[in-house]
This record gives sequence, structure tokens and C-alpha cells, in this order.
Amino acid sequence: MSGYDRALSVFSPDGHVFQVEYAMEAVKRGTCAVGVKGKDIVVLGCEKRSALKLQDTRITPSKIALVDDHVCLAFAGLNADARILIDKARLEAQSHRLTVEDPSSIEYITKYIAGVQQRYTQSGGVRPFGISTLVVGFDKNDSNPRLYQTEPSGIYSAWKANAIGRSSKTVREFLERNHQEDMDREQTIQLTIKSLLEVVQTGAKNIEVAIMAPGKTLEMLPDDQIESYVKSIETEKQEEAAKKKTRTGTTTAAILTRPGGGESTE
Amino acid sequence: MAKKSAKRRLTQQVADLTGAPGVKLTARSSSLNHYSPSSSLIIYLLVIFFIYLSYRKHVLLGIAGKDFVILAASKAAMRGPTVLKAEDDKTRQLNKNTLMAFSGESGDTVQFAEYIQANAALYSMRNETELSPSAVANFVRGELARSLRSRSPYTVNLLLGGIDPVTEKPHLYWVDYLASLAPLPYAAHGYAQYYCLSILDKHHHPDCSLEEGLALLTLCTDELKRRLPIDYKGMLVKVVTKDGVQEISVDNDKVVRSA
Repeated sequence: MSGYDRALSVFSPDGHVFQVEYAMEAVKRGTCAVGVKGKDIVVLGCEKRSALKLQDTRITPSKIALVDDHVCLAFAGLNADARILIDKARLEAQSHRLTVEDPSSIEYITKYIAGVQQRYTQSGGVRPFGISTLVVGFDKNDSNPRLYQTEPSGIYSAWKANAIGRSSKTVREFLERNHQEDMDREQTIQLTIKSLLEVVQTGAKNIEVAIMAPGKTLEMLPDDQIESYVKSIETEKQEEAAKKKTRTGTTTAAILTRPGGGESTE
Repeated sequence: MAKKSAKRRLTQQVADLTGAPGVKLTARSSSLNHYSPSSSLIIYLLVIFFIYLSYRKHVLLGIAGKDFVILAASKAAMRGPTVLKAEDDKTRQLNKNTLMAFSGESGDTVQFAEYIQANAALYSMRNETELSPSAVANFVRGELARSLRSRSPYTVNLLLGGIDPVTEKPHLYWVDYLASLAPLPYAAHGYAQYYCLSILDKHHHPDCSLEEGLALLTLCTDELKRRLPIDYKGMLVKVVTKDGVQEISVDNDKVVRSA
């Protein structure tokens, strides 16, 4: 301990605010969340912790939350912090509707969330939010999908596809390799699940997927559909592996499935 | 001089009624929140009452039936004797299966209705469930009661209709600007009460179908056309069923002959 990581609002001599960096560390330990934009759709995918044997899964909160009818949010990091931040965002979304008679734009609500997160890095007696969020949705009378990320420091940024949380680097690299412009619904969902499978070993039962389309309410993809996507992706992978095997004639063809080896950080 | 003493006598009488000594009360007369029977309070109450009288020209009707609630509101936006708008919508949808119709001080009405609307939406976002009509009604009553005891209360009369999402039973609530709440099978606000309640007393039954309900509404609006000496520019009719809220087109141009 250097002593510069105790009080939040104190810089270390080399310009770091350690508490904020620790908060980003908390994000890296959280379960993974992915957001992918398609042509006129945006999909959120989350790694879901498997429930314990005696847990009632009906009331175990999801990592995907609705902020307003047209805005959806997924987070990685401390669940308890997320609850508070989401509540603030929901209040602001409704307050925006009441004052200007229009639903807030996705950028506005992202900026608000990031603003709250920033405020908690610059005042005494508080600790930063240990979460990053992916905010998705559609603006009013607009069919362009939006995807933003916020971080504990208060930074926000727009993306075509992004991942946060555990092994996010592996997933982001996968997305960079496989993302295309103007993907349709099927392709977007497929890419989301495929990228999540890079880091989720247990398959369909530990994935949840939410889909937003313009002018529609949030659609949570049912478990059996996620299952069938996972199955088709796995057979595809096996076929590809078999193809490589016959082409090269070696027996070590299974490399391509998990290039990052992200499982080690668990 | 005589006028002044009469005023003092009135003040004294009110003081006697409230059982408080008149001398002390004059010191507190500036605050309207205390029940100080000063002349300013009396004037204040009279003003509120006369303003209130002018809202009675608006027509609000509600009928609950077997599996629906009809809410009807007059389409005229009035200021004093002037019609400002003939296509006014005095209703707001609070959630999927609750609708609120309102009349009262213009400005107050929409402000209050949208405040309730936002809070109902916030509740359903936070809890991932819709509020039941009875929950909304009691929330509305609480907010009105709180506002009534403030420096500037909302002067709003409401009808609140909805279908309970769990039991699928219809509910209709009558709320007035003094924050009284009454669950009723049929209800009206303003002068419409004098003409319509007797008709509804005679013809309404709780198991009536939507067709019967709309026929009953026509009986009421015909009577209003026949007897009410105000052109309220026709009615806007909305129906709440378990599938949501729907506007019903009605014939507002029908001529009804007076007897």
C-alpha cells in the first residue's frame, strides 16, 4: 500500500486515482457481458452464474435490466452497485419523459449513467461504482441501433460490438475478427452467443440473451432457443475442426475454439 | 363601519365554531395551513369554491361492467365561458390496464396526471410488475391528500378505471380534489352527476356486457344533450379491457330533441 489508495479523492504522485483503478479491477472479476449491433437490431448477451441447488431462480435478479421501455442495460461487476445505478437511471429516464414529454435518447441516458459514475470518483466519503455497463436501445422514431459502454471512471463510448467483464479482452478480439456490417437478426444473435461461448464453458444454461428492436419492447430469448443456437454453433465448430483435421492430417486441430485461453482467470 | 363589525362578528362566529380563542388566532392568520378562521382564509376558501364551480361544466363518466370499464370525457377545453379547444383528450393511460380521466383547473390536471403516469411507469420499471388499479388509485389519493395540505394544492377531479391484471376484475374509482376515494360501479363528475346518476341507478347492473355498457353511456349522453345547457363538444370514449385500452368511436353529432 502506497497510502495513496485510501482516500478516494487523492491523486497518487504519478497521477493515478487508485480507487477508480481498483473499481475497474472489480469489473474484470464480474461475469462477462456482450453487446452486438446488427442492421436494425441490437443484442445483449450475458454470462449467468449457475444457480445453487436450493436457490429459487425465479427471483434471482438478472444482469440485464430495463431502464425504460426503449433502453436496456447489461452490466459487469458488483451486482449490488449495479442495482443502485440502475435505479438512478430509471428515475432519470422517467423524469426526462415527464419534463420534456419525450423518451430520452440512448446517448442521454448513457451520459447520465456515466455522469453518476464520475461523481462517485470525485467526492469524499464514497466509493466508485464497481461496474461497467453496456447500454443499448433505439431513439424515438429512429431505427439505428445504439450501443454504449460506461466505465467506473465515468468514461462513456459508442461501439459496434463490445464486451465487458471477465475475459472481455478475449471476447472483444473475437468480435473484432467476426463482426460484419449490416448483420440481420439471426446473424447478430449468433455472433453474440458465439462470442460468449468463447468464455462460458457450461453452454446454454449459463447464457442469457436480450434482443431490442425499434419500437418493440425488450425480448428475452427463451432458454430452448439459446440451447438450439448453442447446439448449431457447436456442430459447426466440430465440422470445421474435422475439415482442418483432414486437410492438415494432424491430430491437434482443436486449437481454434478458445484462442485466448480465458478460462484461466476464473 | 357596519361592514367591518359584521366581518368581525363572522370571524368570531367561526372562531367559536372551531372552539379556539379569537384573539390568538389573528396572529396566525397569515398561514393558510392552520385552521385560522380569519377573513383571508374565508376569502381563500370562497375563491377555491368558485373556481371549483367552473370545473363542473366538464363531463366525466365512468361505467364498470362484467369485464371492462368505460371512461368518457367531454372533448371541450374551456376557460370561463370560452371553448378553447374542441378535441381535448382528458385521459391519460397510467399502465397497460389502467386509465385515468380528469377535470379541474387547467394546467393542474395535465401536470398531475403526467406526474402520476411517470410514477406508475417508474414503479413498473423498478419492480417488473404493473401496479393494480386499486394500488394506483390509493397512490393517487395519497398524492392528492398530500398536495391538499400544501401551499398550492392540485384542483383535480379524477375517474380511474382499470382491470386487475391478476384477477381480471374491473375496477372503477371516483376521486375528487379533496382526496376522497370511492370504488364505485358507475361514477360521474361535475354537473353530469345530476343528470346521469339517476339513469345509471336505474339501468346499470354489474354483469352488463360491453354493448350494454355503451348503450347505457348513450342514454347518459342523450340526457346531457337534452338537459345540460352547455355545449361540451361531444364525448371521447375509451374502454379498458384485459387486453388494454382502446378508444371507441361514438356518434357525437346525433341530435336529441328536448322535451
